[in-house]
Amino acid sequence: MHPAVSIIFFTVTSGAGFGMIALLGLGFPMPEGWLAAFLVSALAGVLAVAGLISSTLHLGHPERALLAFTQWPTSWLSREGVLAVATMVAFGIYVLVWMVTGSRVLLLGIAIAALAVATIYSTAMIYGQLRTVPAWHTGLTPAVYLGFAFASALLAATAVGAATALGPLPLVVIAILAVVVAWAIKFAWWRRAETATLASIGAGTGPATGLSSLGTVRPFEPPHTGPTYLTREMVHRIGRKHARVLRIIAVVLGGAIPIGLALLGWLGLPTPLWAGLAFAAMISGLFVERWLFFAEAEHSVAAYYHPH
Amino acid sequence: MTALPALTEAKLGLVIDLDTCVGCHACVVSCKEWNTGGYGAPLGDRDAYGDTPEGAWLNRIHSYEISPENGPAEIVHFPKSCLHCDDAPCVTVCPTGASYKRSEDGIVLVDEDRCIGCGLCAWACPYGAREMDPVEKVMKKCTLCVDRIYNDNIPEEDRVPACVRTCPANARHFGDLADPESDVSQLVAARGGMDLMPALGTKPVNKYLPPRRKADRDSGTPHADRLPDAPGGFLGWLDATLDRLG
Repeated sequence: MHPAVSIIFFTVTSGAGFGMIALLGLGFPMPEGWLAAFLVSALAGVLAVAGLISSTLHLGHPERALLAFTQWPTSWLSREGVLAVATMVAFGIYVLVWMVTGSRVLLLGIAIAALAVATIYSTAMIYGQLRTVPAWHTGLTPAVYLGFAFASALLAATAVGAATALGPLPLVVIAILAVVVAWAIKFAWWRRAETATLASIGAGTGPATGLSSLGTVRPFEPPHTGPTYLTREMVHRIGRKHARVLRIIAVVLGGAIPIGLALLGWLGLPTPLWAGLAFAAMISGLFVERWLFFAEAEHSVAAYYHPH
Repeated sequence: MTALPALTEAKLGLVIDLDTCVGCHACVVSCKEWNTGGYGAPLGDRDAYGDTPEGAWLNRIHSYEISPENGPAEIVHFPKSCLHCDDAPCVTVCPTGASYKRSEDGIVLVDEDRCIGCGLCAWACPYGAREMDPVEKVMKKCTLCVDRIYNDNIPEEDRVPACVRTCPANARHFGDLADPESDVSQLVAARGGMDLMPALGTKPVNKYLPPRRKADRDSGTPHADRLPDAPGGFLGWLDATLDRLG
């Protein structure tokens, strides 16, 4: 699938943003004072909104984007929009109350956290719902999105937060666990993707043409002499060439380096420093991971162009 | 609205005969011609007369080589356009309600004034039946020539999709596939009409008729191998003489 930069940026940063909104809603300890409340909330909000705005950049008609809030009964993309706006509005009220009174309304916070999680889930389901892309069509896809959103948000919240531990557990330990769990889900996703071929879901060249009962079917001549919208969007093949190297880069930047930095934090590196650097590394790794998510994925239209 | 109708009164669609399609692309050209002047925005092209022409088309023809275990390979031309699925995934993913399926005849259409050009419907379609217009930036797809089939201003014989009207080999048929008595339904029953990628659960309305089994294919040997070893007559004499000369 075509890896549009705006969509990669959107899914990674809005995941981190809504993850951080959820953590703030659940009462993640933050420094005292209205300015701190404003700044940490602004960080979460900007991450979430920057992603949403970037996602409108790939639209052919962004001026009609408001219509995308109308079809939530059937469309995951519409649900994502509705939930994102609902989360942001509720979060805005939460932050105002926090800045003015200095106290955080737990019940509202919990509702916001639920909305934020539902938003991330909907983002993932835009892709996870597509039967046409067998690598994506699994419950593991929302699990991956939620895992990475939580882990990256936790690093961001730790960097700007006022705590080094939540209850008895040091944040270093929680952060390492979150990063490890997120990547474990991704490894399970990658493992499943190996066998989730077009042929495995009945979308190989045989069933695509209905001709396999007559013999081996081989694409002989495509309908067009140059690239088309279909081939650029869905028969994209560059991702598979460097997939192995890029996976290693993603895991090192997004997993190994954040864990290493957390260990340095355990040895005494100041919390804002290790967590801030770990967040930056993880987000860079997730950009690579998300690029692969699109570039490696095969769409059933490919079966009409290459033997599958 | 992007909820699918529970039931459509009719299921208008195409039956495409892979046995008789000669791969001439006349239906492709005629589709482009009609739909550039009819429903919705023109079917756009970029660099149409340059080195890298590219544009939106609603109908495209692939060609496949079929190699049976025994017998000669054959080429099958394979026209592909929207199948107007009963359970159309392109409709339900649409966030704006631009994509819809009509309850009266089952035709899947795009309301171009509501389309934001996000492209998700094209990703949801297993068949590659939807293409983004490179000029108008809205999604384009086969309308089953909705502006011809009900059009009282054109002669009755023209009230079929442009591709069907054009096909010189009569490989394309149009009708109501919900009516078991219709010509197209009878054709599907007689010729074993099939669905594309049935496992994906889209329940396509359009059907494809498989190529008929050729008499030669069952004999198990390609044509070239079946020349007699020792032909008689003048050719036999020539063959024997040339053999003697070494």
